[in-house]
Amino acid sequence: MHMADALVSPVVGGTMWAASAATVAVSSRRVQQGTDDRRVPLMGVLGAFVFAAQMINFQLPGTGSSGHLGGALLLAILLGPHAAFLVVVSILAIQALLFGDGGLLALGCNAFNMGFFPAFVAYPLVYRPLAPAGATSARRLVGAIAAAEVGLVLGAFGVVFETTLSGISDLPFRPFLTAMVPIHLAIGLVEGAVTAGVLTFVLKTRPDVVDPASSPAPTTTSRLGAAFLAAALLVGGVLSWFASTKPDGLEWSIAKVTGRAAPVEPDAARAATSLAGIGGGLATLALVSATGWALRRRR
Amino acid sequence: MTSLVTTAGDASFLDALSAGDSPLHRLDPRAKLLTTLAFAAAIASFPKTAVLPLLPFALFPVALAAAGGVPFGYLARRLLLILPFAILVGAFNPLLDRAPIPLGPFSVAGGWISFLSILLRFVLTVSGAIVLVAVTGIHGLCGALEKLGVPRALVTQLLVLYRYLFVLLDEAGRMDRARALRSFGRRRLGISAAGPFLGTLLVRTWGRAERIHLAMLSRGFDGSFRFDRPLRFGLASALFTAGWLVLFALFRSVDVPLALGAFLVAGGR
Repeated sequence: MHMADALVSPVVGGTMWAASAATVAVSSRRVQQGTDDRRVPLMGVLGAFVFAAQMINFQLPGTGSSGHLGGALLLAILLGPHAAFLVVVSILAIQALLFGDGGLLALGCNAFNMGFFPAFVAYPLVYRPLAPAGATSARRLVGAIAAAEVGLVLGAFGVVFETTLSGISDLPFRPFLTAMVPIHLAIGLVEGAVTAGVLTFVLKTRPDVVDPASSPAPTTTSRLGAAFLAAALLVGGVLSWFASTKPDGLEWSIAKVTGRAAPVEPDAARAATSLAGIGGGLATLALVSATGWALRRRR
Repeated sequence: MTSLVTTAGDASFLDALSAGDSPLHRLDPRAKLLTTLAFAAAIASFPKTAVLPLLPFALFPVALAAAGGVPFGYLARRLLLILPFAILVGAFNPLLDRAPIPLGPFSVAGGWISFLSILLRFVLTVSGAIVLVAVTGIHGLCGALEKLGVPRALVTQLLVLYRYLFVLLDEAGRMDRARALRSFGRRRLGISAAGPFLGTLLVRTWGRAERIHLAMLSRGFDGSFRFDRPLRFGLASALFTAGWLVLFALFRSVDVPLALGAFLVAGGR
């Protein structure tokens, strides 16, 4: 579900950066207000846990394929939405920098799709009402599956929205969405079931970890809902405004590939432009390589 | 995703590279971070069918890798790991955009051009990020982030996450190997066992966090980290940033390969 820099336009990337940066600012203030400095190592190590858990593949029943935990919902349940969002952002940043998953420009998109939706929508508005503190394991299972579904489908919607608005991939909005949603409904089922399984196990062995006393119940649910709505309207409004000013993709592509307004050029001139383009491309690569070689030799 | 062991190995090699010492390593991390962000933004700002004008941007990762001692073979291997994903993401374009685009005496579907552009964007942005870490290191980047006004809670979170990432990857790898050995390599981890398996890892993690907290307290932890060397944005850093920004602006506004090719063609006559 990671969006890559290669598919993001500066406007979409920048807008989502702004939205995620605002959420980081609010979340950081809330986390820093807390006096419990046990949170510092706990958040860090839980981030590393989710990182490692994402690498553990398990077999999915009935199919030959395998899946892994995403972990954002689990983090929200264990740490509350604000701390969970910061942990997800830190994981995404490390994945972009160290592993080439996602990207620097796409970080805002990814933080919103994979952090904001699970932590600030799915957890307070779906999981908590369905599985309040002290709920039975059946209700925890239902709550976790429902919350994972909501978080993942919203995230998938975000991916489709941001990809089509960026306009670098040709995937059209509606077919892309109808492909993404069923896949993420299936993933949500697995994510919810495994999250509930982890919680049930931890409640048996170390109940204090999932103790309601250690994670304060969200009191700002309605305020967060309102903030989410405002953010969605803002993002939607700003992005669609930019989208409508963009020229039609086809006119653009023809004008840009081999030079300016290529189709009206006579054949000979067009061939010369292409020759110049290909030769120039090769020459550029040769120059770049030579620079790299020279710099290496100097060391 | 690749296996736990290769992943951890690749990342720790990057960590070792970032501990190196070169003029590039000594630059202010802020200069390198902001330049790389400008690099990514400049690439993203090209229209989707841009292929040729993207080529000069390869100078940035190539020059930094060469001057910072990042082996090109390592970079190529990391890019190869990403490539299947890039192909998957871009492969729809040739199928969806079939409008012919003239290319000399031939014509190709526009989708192939944008597919090539997506692959090139992947290679450039991913290698830019990898090279940035290799010559700066996560600790340097965290220092830069704090100076740039990123909230302390997030900077601290990044530092602790990075500090324990390899520990937890090792621990998960050991557990997974033990499980595989007990099932004689025949059965894979099933979904019903995934909960207890990950739950065990979580309980161990929680215990580790408590021990870490006690150890931090006994060393006088007061809620924040301190960076050992103060950042100085000196002349070299300013020149580095300004120079690359000028180059990016040039590459963005002038189609360098086309101009170069036209010059070569004209010279050949």
